[in-house]
Amino acid sequence: MRRRDFFAVLGGGIVVLIADDSDAQETGGGQRRGQREATPQNLSAWLHIGETGLVTVYTGKVEVGQNARTSLTQAVAEELRAPVANIRMVMGDTDLTPFDMGTFGSQTTPQMWPVIRRAAAAARETLVDLASQKWMVERASVQVADGKVTAGSHTAGFGEITNGQKLTKTIPTSVALEPAAEWKVAGHSIPKVNGREMVTGAHKYAYDVCPKGTLYGKVLYPPSFGATLSSLDSSAAEAMPGVKVVHDGDFVGVTAPDPFTAEKAVAALKAGWKPLAAEASSQDVFAYFKKNSRDAASTSNLTAYTVAYIAHVPLEPRAAVAQWSDNKLTVWTGTQRPFGVRSELAGHFNLAEDDVHVFMPDTGSGYGGKHNGEAAYEAARLAKAAGAPVKRNWTREEEMTWAYFRPGGLIEVSGKVNPDGTLLEWEFHNYNSGPSGLQTPYDVPSKKEQVHQSKTPLRQGSYRGLAGTANHFVRESYMDELAHSVQMDPLEFRLKNAKNERLRNVLEAAAGKFGWKSRRKNPGRGFGISAGFEKGSYVANCCDVSVTAGAVKVVRVVAAFECGAVVNPDHLRNQVEGAVAMGIGGALFEHIDFAGNQILNNRLSRYRVPRFADMPSIETVLLDRKDIPSAGAGETPIMGIAGAIGNAIFDATGQRIRSLPMAPGKLGDASSSAPAAG
Amino acid sequence: MARVTEIHVNGTRRQIDADAERTLLSVLRDDLDLTGTKYGCGEGQCAACTVLIDGTATKSCLTKVGAVAGKRVMTIEGLAPNGKLHAVQEAFLEADAMQCGWCTPGMILGAVALLEHTPHPSDADIVSGMNGHICRCGTYGRVVRAIQMASRNGGRA
Repeated sequence: MRRRDFFAVLGGGIVVLIADDSDAQETGGGQRRGQREATPQNLSAWLHIGETGLVTVYTGKVEVGQNARTSLTQAVAEELRAPVANIRMVMGDTDLTPFDMGTFGSQTTPQMWPVIRRAAAAARETLVDLASQKWMVERASVQVADGKVTAGSHTAGFGEITNGQKLTKTIPTSVALEPAAEWKVAGHSIPKVNGREMVTGAHKYAYDVCPKGTLYGKVLYPPSFGATLSSLDSSAAEAMPGVKVVHDGDFVGVTAPDPFTAEKAVAALKAGWKPLAAEASSQDVFAYFKKNSRDAASTSNLTAYTVAYIAHVPLEPRAAVAQWSDNKLTVWTGTQRPFGVRSELAGHFNLAEDDVHVFMPDTGSGYGGKHNGEAAYEAARLAKAAGAPVKRNWTREEEMTWAYFRPGGLIEVSGKVNPDGTLLEWEFHNYNSGPSGLQTPYDVPSKKEQVHQSKTPLRQGSYRGLAGTANHFVRESYMDELAHSVQMDPLEFRLKNAKNERLRNVLEAAAGKFGWKSRRKNPGRGFGISAGFEKGSYVANCCDVSVTAGAVKVVRVVAAFECGAVVNPDHLRNQVEGAVAMGIGGALFEHIDFAGNQILNNRLSRYRVPRFADMPSIETVLLDRKDIPSAGAGETPIMGIAGAIGNAIFDATGQRIRSLPMAPGKLGDASSSAPAAG
Repeated sequence: MARVTEIHVNGTRRQIDADAERTLLSVLRDDLDLTGTKYGCGEGQCAACTVLIDGTATKSCLTKVGAVAGKRVMTIEGLAPNGKLHAVQEAFLEADAMQCGWCTPGMILGAVALLEHTPHPSDADIVSGMNGHICRCGTYGRVVRAIQMASRNGGRA
């Protein structure tokens, strides 16, 4: 949207544009730009106060369940001193919002949140300027509170102050903000701003969007990855009323007036496929990772751990509706990267990016799994051929086959420790799973930490916390191995090797709440502890597990979490609890089975995710550091739980499990445990 | 093929023209635009598609539309007909028992049926009664709390 378009789209009022820091530096940070015709580059948010007093904020960030819509609303309410009900967030709409890389990496809170606060603070100052001119009073006498501007006997709503104005203001991101200790709306547990739409079923997710005249699309996928189409007989499908078959290279899809017919039409396609030889299966993939890395470690005394591929299983699978009009493409889809999907689509169809409009309704979760526009591309291809809007909703099986997975990995580790428990050496090699959380937060005089890229037999990508869970699981398990090697308490051992104050704080907070020091061992029960750091925040977990006839049940978890100044305590607790719940799945039973280029467990009856009955009691301790800028919280709280559970299983049974998941079947059942690395 | 021409949803008779073999889930969503009922797995594993049929929580992805003739179907859209939220909906908001919200309509209808059957459930009753529902965001503990809260508030609108 260009500057001159703002008022046409939004109506009169005040628009505040925020340039990001790099842009501010180029033009001399701190200076106001004044009014220019061209919109500054690198805008990261803008804010509009309309003549009705409604505040609308535009950001390319999206809501995937992490409550960014609410936390960003709090940022506006805090600085603009407006009621939450008067604030609207427009998110992830590529025609209306500034460019954004995407919603991942726990970046919304550390990056976008302060940007939006600055926009709101600048808007408030502009209201003060306007009021002081209008009423001819000293600027210092003007107050903004509760959505009103007052000075002595004068009082007016925001709309009244902005009435008749068409004012734009661009400010650098270096404007000073209220310190966290003074926050009145931020830092408090305000409820989810669109919660009512969720509990009434009114919210329209991408899966639910269906403009008039929409056809239903379905795609014929190969029976295995990499297979190529050798023959196609589509006559039976094409004979069905209203069905159109689209065949373009290896892509075969259908459109039909209803989903039932679309399904029958795809089933009626007779295709021949030429398979591709499989390079690895879930049984031998860990040796494959090492064999296919160019710089495998030569050290011999390393202990090997393995981490399985797992699926995100967002409960709303990928979905998109695509609509063409005059060679312009509009797409509704659930994605963490609406602008990335716009680029993908522009590339596929050779369009200018401005001719692609991606709209992202708040989506039914992502966990790092919805970065791409697979369903959007399919819908757009089918819609182009059909000459009508096409809806392409993926099934669960499609989501668990044709999306991407959290990478599997082989991790090799070794360490040396003094008899007094001082860490001396640390060596850590991660094959394929990735670099997040690779570096130990403990103090070690000599360390070597490496990621070894390899080949992956499955399509892999982001996941909540990326490789943070894998690297923390191995590090915290091996720290436990080292503690036991010198007969030291696992908490004492960690504290002895941790100088970092924030790391010590979460360890002590978790242990204190848990009653670590007074824990009492019972048969079949075990206690484990872990800690970690990633993406600006610190986590520690203590847990209590029971192991009965090899079945593992996590009974109780304490999670201590510190991410700087807390923005919304209840929503933060919800994130931490949810991360623990999700982490239990990857820790104990989630794993993708694959062989012959096929996913063997691509449905929920074959892929177990955590349920009510798997839940421990979860106690969350938040350490609110008002002196530290807020960091994100969507990812780090998932990273430590697997290590804590593994350490508790060891405590209970003496069995050290060096593979995730740790209990795909029952413990001690060799046929169901992951194979050793090669 | 047998056709179904009418179903009773949320207190109203709705005219449709659907193959009797189609799922109730698809008819609700695709023919009647009642998209509050969600697809999650298509095989009865996640209960996101839960609706009430004559008051019983039922997975609409496994129910053929031909099987609901003469029965009363309630979807999430029918739970607060005049805009006044049901006690279970209020409790879900109060306990913040959701993140992305995709499982929420099914959870709420599952909870309504549970409380109808067991007005004062223990936590263990809730866990066993709701175990068919998946919340991938992991808000299970909050759902238990919400159901307890709704139970204390009478469980009904």
